[in-house]
Amino acid sequence: MIPALILVPIVAAALSLIIRHDNLRRVLFVSAALTHSGLTFVAWSCTPEAILNGWLMLDAPGLLFLSITSVLFLAASFYAVGYLNFEKKQEKQDFEDGSFFTNTPEAIFIACLLAFLATMTIVTVSQHLGLLWVAMEATTLATAPLIYFHRHHRSLEATWKYLLICSVGIAIALLGNFFLAVAASKTGGQDTRLLLSDLIQQGNTLNVPWLRAAFLFFLVGYGTKMGLAPLHTWLPDAHSESPSIVSALLSGALLNCAFLAILRSHQVLSAAGQSEFSSSLLIVFGLISIIWAAVFILGQTDYKRMLAYSSVEHMGILALGVGVSGAAAFGAMLHVVNHSLTKGMLFFVAGNILAAYKTKASKDVRGIIGIIPASGVLWLAGFAAIVGLPPFGIFLSEFTIAKAMFEQHRTGIAIAYLAVLALIFISMSRIFLNMAQGKAPQGIPAQAGSETIFNILPPALLGVTTLIFGLYIPPFMNTALHEVAKAIGGF
Amino acid sequence: MDNSIDTIMVLLVLMNLMLLGLSSLGTCIRVVAAQGITLGILPLVIHGGIFDIRLTLFSAAIVGLKGIVFPLLLSWAMRDVNAQREVEPFIGYGKSVIAGPLALAVCMWLGSRLPLPLDIVSPMVMPVAFFTIMCGLFLIVSRKKALSQVLGYIVLENGIYTFGMVLAEKQPLLVELGILLDVFVAVFVMGIVIFHINREFDHIDTDRLSSLRS
Repeated sequence: MIPALILVPIVAAALSLIIRHDNLRRVLFVSAALTHSGLTFVAWSCTPEAILNGWLMLDAPGLLFLSITSVLFLAASFYAVGYLNFEKKQEKQDFEDGSFFTNTPEAIFIACLLAFLATMTIVTVSQHLGLLWVAMEATTLATAPLIYFHRHHRSLEATWKYLLICSVGIAIALLGNFFLAVAASKTGGQDTRLLLSDLIQQGNTLNVPWLRAAFLFFLVGYGTKMGLAPLHTWLPDAHSESPSIVSALLSGALLNCAFLAILRSHQVLSAAGQSEFSSSLLIVFGLISIIWAAVFILGQTDYKRMLAYSSVEHMGILALGVGVSGAAAFGAMLHVVNHSLTKGMLFFVAGNILAAYKTKASKDVRGIIGIIPASGVLWLAGFAAIVGLPPFGIFLSEFTIAKAMFEQHRTGIAIAYLAVLALIFISMSRIFLNMAQGKAPQGIPAQAGSETIFNILPPALLGVTTLIFGLYIPPFMNTALHEVAKAIGGF
Repeated sequence: MDNSIDTIMVLLVLMNLMLLGLSSLGTCIRVVAAQGITLGILPLVIHGGIFDIRLTLFSAAIVGLKGIVFPLLLSWAMRDVNAQREVEPFIGYGKSVIAGPLALAVCMWLGSRLPLPLDIVSPMVMPVAFFTIMCGLFLIVSRKKALSQVLGYIVLENGIYTFGMVLAEKQPLLVELGILLDVFVAVFVMGIVIFHINREFDHIDTDRLSSLRS
């Protein structure tokens, strides 16, 4: 089963490079995404066997992150069909400076998307920290061409920043891997392998100073990729310049993968009795991230960048939740699910808005409800979901985390957390509501035809799912989330 | 044996110092290539000339990649660059060269503070690895040209690799090859992006890539 999960996207990627017919390639793309999510669905009922001496195995955290990735990718593949169709007809003129550009060939774009899915799948199933590193770096390389889909100078700049900053970050995580290998080496007898299960089992034999140093490098290295402030500088550029479908995947799936890598090292530190050290670092980075994001959302004039900074905020909340631990770990895991669904939805809708208005400046977008009604409604619903209004899922997960903070008498952190969330709520409501309401500017033709099933159904379904998770968490998911929370030191 | 390891370490330090002071992009590429070849020999020297097919192949892969493929790739990317072939530092060569030995001293001190818990091949390896990493990071942040940033990335990777060599046997082959492959593809993709930057802007100065703000 695990080989199938990895091979399906790889084979489909290879095929999509060969196939010459656009429609056939799109059918292949969607069916590969369908097969992948089908396999993931089966993995919930029967745990797949470990392969390669336990190097590749689906444990509870892996399965959770794999499922999020797979569902989001399925939604994205469906959205992509409509998007690529639209792009084909679209005049390739830059709306900011009027220059002409071309797109990356569709075959390469789809192949890179599928390769991206394959590498993320390897991240979620790998139990060996070295292999995990290799897969993480591979995600960077698979996504670089995706950001450069519209071949103009701004996307090129974003691609360069992304490639260089993330590669350097991941290189630092490699140093963390070597430090961990030092921590696991013994002067006499067998060294501990870098397999997660071995490291956890022999946690108390690891060399503490080197282990701590290793965690620091992991946090800085993978934290760069995850978008924890102040290491997030690539993130707003990459998210605002890439096509919306890529932004959705970067935000909802890739950042999670980097988070999973940090969770793995946190698991090792907890096993070695050093969870206090790693938790306090996670809390510090988490707080910095939400505060930093709040400051930049406050004066934001570009709605895609606003969504990108919102991702920085939510990654901060995740780090904070895991750091606080206890019941907050459960809240953080629920938050991973809800954030991915909501952010995917918002980026898809942002894509619709961009297609209709041809601007990313939020002040030039007015009256979405009048021009593209379905997207307008989804935009408002997405706003309610992302800022954590009940009854959406994010409300429940943010509330769980805040409650756990009070229960553990971490009142200072809780107050800072709630104050920043309130600030973000205020600044976001100004942007979102102004965009949705009002009178549409002159020159925007009524585009009733531009809303199709392809660009409305995926965000709508994602939104409905996060709404359901706010009202009712199915028992199987509840069990799974508790299991993951237990694995990372909570309950 | 210790002698030859130390010789290699000294060579690495000298090459790093050279990179800090060099102005010509072409020469920089050649120095980085020489550094790659030196590193490729390192695993063979560490294991004291005992013939091991796995180790030999690994060495050959590194020499081939860092000594031949990367320089060719980067020279290709540089071929069409119209701008002057100078690295154009933000921080002058003089200051860079002075900063070098200072950083080396800090790394030596750091190396003495963090003793390795295993039998170490040479006490020089740790400080030199750290110094190479620092030089790599310095080259990335202090040079304007996209190409010199890639060179900085390779130097950074060389430093990490030097450290990894201490643990040569601790990493499974699959992971080692995966790391090499990733680095190869990374430099390859960076080369392509530089090619595009050059075509789009007629220059590869990253400080002029500044239309995206906050």
